[in-house]
Amino acid sequence: MSVLNSLAQASSRLLAAMRQPGRGTSWLVGILLVVTLAMSAANLLLPADSPFYVSTYTITLMGKYLCFAMLAMAVDIVWGYCGILSLGHGAFFALGGYGMGMYLMRQIGDRGVYGNPDLPDFMVFLNWQELPWYWFGMDQFWFAIFMALLVPGTLAFVFGWLAFRSRVTGVYLSIMTQALTYALMLAFFRNEMGFGGNNGLTDFKDILGFDLQADATRVALLLVTTFLVVLTFLASRTIVQSRLGRVIVAVRDAEARTRFLGYRTEHYKVWLFVYSALIAAVAGMLYVPQVGIINPGEFSPLNSIEVVVWVAVGGRGTLYGAIVGALLVNYAKTRFTALMPDAWLFALGALFVIVTVYLPRGLAGLFGRATELMYRRPDTGKDKTTRDDGLSVAEVGA
Amino acid sequence: MNALLHKLWSVAIVLLLLPTGSPLAQSEPAGISADSVLQQLPGASLKKTGELIGQLEQAGGAEMRPLFEVMLAGELYFVKESKQIIAITKTERRTYIGRDVFGKAALGEFTSREIKKIRVNNRLRSQLRETLARIDLLHGSKLAQKQAVLAMLDDLNDKNMRLLTTAQQSGVDGEVARLIDLAAAMVQLRDSRVSEERLEAIGVMSGQLEPAVRNQLQRLVNDAQEQDLAVRAAAQKALDKISERIEFFGQLEQLFFGLSLGSVLLLAAIGLAITFGVMGVINMAHGEMIMLGAYTTYVIQQLFPGAIAYSLLIAVPAAFLVSGSVGVLIERGVIRHLQGRPLETILATFGISLILQQAVRSIFSPLNMQVVTPSWMSGSLVINPVFSVTYNRLYILLFALAIFAALVVVLKKSSLGLNVRAVSQNRDMAKAMGVRTEMVDAMTFGLGSGIAGVAGVALSQLTNVGPNLGQSYIIDSFMVVVFGGVGNLLGTLVGGFSLGVANKFLEPSMGAVLANIIVLVGLILFIQKRPKGLFPQRGRAAE
Repeated sequence: MSVLNSLAQASSRLLAAMRQPGRGTSWLVGILLVVTLAMSAANLLLPADSPFYVSTYTITLMGKYLCFAMLAMAVDIVWGYCGILSLGHGAFFALGGYGMGMYLMRQIGDRGVYGNPDLPDFMVFLNWQELPWYWFGMDQFWFAIFMALLVPGTLAFVFGWLAFRSRVTGVYLSIMTQALTYALMLAFFRNEMGFGGNNGLTDFKDILGFDLQADATRVALLLVTTFLVVLTFLASRTIVQSRLGRVIVAVRDAEARTRFLGYRTEHYKVWLFVYSALIAAVAGMLYVPQVGIINPGEFSPLNSIEVVVWVAVGGRGTLYGAIVGALLVNYAKTRFTALMPDAWLFALGALFVIVTVYLPRGLAGLFGRATELMYRRPDTGKDKTTRDDGLSVAEVGA
Repeated sequence: MNALLHKLWSVAIVLLLLPTGSPLAQSEPAGISADSVLQQLPGASLKKTGELIGQLEQAGGAEMRPLFEVMLAGELYFVKESKQIIAITKTERRTYIGRDVFGKAALGEFTSREIKKIRVNNRLRSQLRETLARIDLLHGSKLAQKQAVLAMLDDLNDKNMRLLTTAQQSGVDGEVARLIDLAAAMVQLRDSRVSEERLEAIGVMSGQLEPAVRNQLQRLVNDAQEQDLAVRAAAQKALDKISERIEFFGQLEQLFFGLSLGSVLLLAAIGLAITFGVMGVINMAHGEMIMLGAYTTYVIQQLFPGAIAYSLLIAVPAAFLVSGSVGVLIERGVIRHLQGRPLETILATFGISLILQQAVRSIFSPLNMQVVTPSWMSGSLVINPVFSVTYNRLYILLFALAIFAALVVVLKKSSLGLNVRAVSQNRDMAKAMGVRTEMVDAMTFGLGSGIAGVAGVALSQLTNVGPNLGQSYIIDSFMVVVFGGVGNLLGTLVGGFSLGVANKFLEPSMGAVLANIIVLVGLILFIQKRPKGLFPQRGRAAE
């Protein structure tokens, strides 16, 4: 019950936060909105030869980065605030993406290579006679969205319920999550699963009747993504600043003590895990129409663990650190893989080592320490564990 | 060899004086007759060749075996000018290299115009096969005898039966005798009209695994004209017994595959079990230690191409050293700085695994490397017609058990082992007692990584050696450790074999991927019941 109460409180606080964004982080929301709006305007209004023109490729790239930022936030919520290192969040992301992919696949209709009005191309290719039952209804946008949230949410709930109830924590839990996404990857690679096997779902034509290749659609998708990133950010911040959030941080720092104080810690963890999985799923849903493909590779353990390093670079337990980290690392990846494809894995590997050994709080930690030195706000004592910059009193490492 | 050639020539001279194909030649004593028959081979018609083969067998017996083999392979030629019979190997460049039929002496190159093939057709080939079987049965080694009888089971004509009886009288034992009895029973069942005799024959055949037996019984059961119902019922019963045994051996084979997979899992997991048990950290680069071991094998084979047979013996200590020292470096360089932060250790070691993979990709190539299997590891141990085990899997199974035993000895008997156990049970207390925990950590990590390297040597014999070799093992290894219970080697042993066997028994009914998933899900559920694994470490910790 205390969870429900806390959720109710959290929602009222969300409204408050919308009206009066907290100090220290509102700049991020501002910058995000201004930049994306400026990019959109530059793409749509300026002629292509103008020096300020932003290409559609850049728009799409930005949209992709923001999807990753959202995924990073989802990981940060469970890892940074609750000490659950999930190495399998890519699974929820990909499941959300497959939900959207199925909808987009059905929208192709008879414009596919084989021109079959009901069956996607890969099913015709495999000589399937009719649509599998789980594809029914996916041509309805609302139903597809609903399923793309329901499936990852249920998976997170069942997995979390099983794992947290039996107090699987720490390293065990991390490897279990990795095993989860690994198993899903193996499963989705199978043609018999009915999700396009190796090739996944691709060749999308339009979404809600709008052409996916059109500039306006791309810009609209970017704006929707930005809006949802901001919304998620505010909602998540409200949650972690609420009473619920304080219990969650307590679970991270001393789970046994919190339990002895009478909190059902596993309930908090399960719901937080489900919330995080839903955010990841939404990120996946936004990712697919912009990138134009979803395949089982998204389930690969490497993808999930990369997300964790974005969060680590930005600084965990800060939310904005996750966004910054995701944007920075992905920008670096785009540049690096274009210049020296072979060196990227070296760089990524080195990043893992350097950040964990020398920068345990990431860039946000550096930044936070700098601002702390500059402003030295008086401690109220009451809100010690969850200040805006997210630097908790507890030691890093759960 | 030269002596034989000499003989051939002298016979040729003698033959010049005799009219060819004279009846006299056949009635002459065996030794000379074989040579004279040989002289008729060049240019003989197919029909005539058949007769000649029979005469050669009578005259030469086992001595003629190489000739028949060469002939069966279609490599028997004669030199047009001298009528000399030779064996020819055609090369890719369409040259013809001659060698002596009865030995390996090279006779130089020939052009296609100098020589002519001694033709064989399908009828002759089957005659040759029969002849070879006969020679093997009467004169060959035990293995050759066995194979000859097995070949005859498919075609039990009177001639073959007479031969088998002769062989039996000349004294055979064990497996060969059993097969000959079986053949006799099969003939009895086929030819006899007396019910009792046939039932007796079925009694002998019941439960025998040779395919010919099964086919005959199956035909009998399906034969609508078979009036003797008792015989038919008995045949059905015998068939049932055979299928039962085949199923049993099928299960046994599954079990062996499971144990083989289990031994691989054990090898991969045991190093992880040590490091995880002692330090509480997961080394995500553990799989890459396995990969390094496999690449060490490859490098050793490249360095000593002449000693492939011993390459694995050299590779085992070399891989231990390579992976072990890389492991110590990782511990000293990175993990030491992350003391008490196991989750960060996962990330850092994952980074190291990426670097190692990319390094191998850059140094060697992204493609798989060819690791040679020494001859003593290839082939298989045939136990009966439906069950055989390959040597490489068998040796790796034994090797895994040996490594396990060695590790147990190290941990139980050496001072390092004592320290390792002390630190894994209570780090602070061990430290207070004067154990140099830092040293123990480094040594443990080196040991665990070294064993992973050794596992890599074994794996190089089973799977492709490529940069991604280790990647897939980290999850499986961890599952084994979790299943068995942390800090417990026996648990790792039981865990490895039970996961391997479970996987292989699920595979036929649902496919490899689904079996993998089921095992994974089963494990997650298992942890619900026994969070500390099969053999939990006893202690008083609150969590």
